[in-house]
Amino acid sequence: MLRSDEPVAVSRLSTLTDAELVERCRGGEADAWNELVERFSRYVYAIIARGFRLGAEDAEDVFQEVFARIYTHLDKLRDESALRPWIAQLTRRLCLDAVERRGREQPTGEVQEEGRDEVEEIDEAFAVREAVTTLPEACQEILDRFFARDQSYRTISSELDLPAGTVASRIARCLRKLRDELEGRSEPAGGSRE
Amino acid sequence: MSREYEEERLGTLLRILRPAPQGWVEAAQELPGARRALDEIVARAESDLVFRSALAADLEAALAQAGVEPDRRALEELRQRLDLRDGRTSA
Repeated sequence: MLRSDEPVAVSRLSTLTDAELVERCRGGEADAWNELVERFSRYVYAIIARGFRLGAEDAEDVFQEVFARIYTHLDKLRDESALRPWIAQLTRRLCLDAVERRGREQPTGEVQEEGRDEVEEIDEAFAVREAVTTLPEACQEILDRFFARDQSYRTISSELDLPAGTVASRIARCLRKLRDELEGRSEPAGGSRE
Repeated sequence: MSREYEEERLGTLLRILRPAPQGWVEAAQELPGARRALDEIVARAESDLVFRSALAADLEAALAQAGVEPDRRALEELRQRLDLRDGRTSA
């Protein structure tokens, strides 16, 4: 089972397309479901926490409800390659429900607009993360540790057994590789493994 | 169409997709197993009136006895599926 506090995720993402993954989930493959959760957990979490800034209790409820509905309604998804937009829409809708339930002072309309803008940026981040998976494993790991997990140079140096002075230069080199990868491909925010 | 990225912008984007809390991810991954367990409990409750009465009397204890973690979501779902709200016990 994935331990999401361990800095691994990007290199262990499956090479299956979203459509292939959906097909295997429909077939009841437990590993496929684990992979689907792993692939989209950060995405769903970002929409909830960054897009809508839900409190911890609502955030966890929405997170679990999103995956419960994905599991329940996966058979009804007509275009398997549209998995990510469907998940985004589902997450936004459940976030809005949570906001309305809480009766926050902020008018719902403003929340919807705010959430939509954030989801666009989160979609772009998802495309960048997918590009990261094409980099050498060492790059995937160091970028994930430094940027997504906020680990210090010192921690990274210690945990990866790298000389302290090497960490910053390796991050810079990996960022350049990532940039090259992204600039050499077509529009990155299009869709996930479709 | 390619897109140009400044490294600072890449860093910003990489910071957006942070790991969800480990427990949340694990709970979501365990959902199929939990769902199967709940389905079995519902099926048993529909065919075993004694078990159903035990569920109605103390859902948490009956679930724990059946080997299912009686968390809030499982309890809510079962109450709904078995129509156990407000003391009702009919299927």
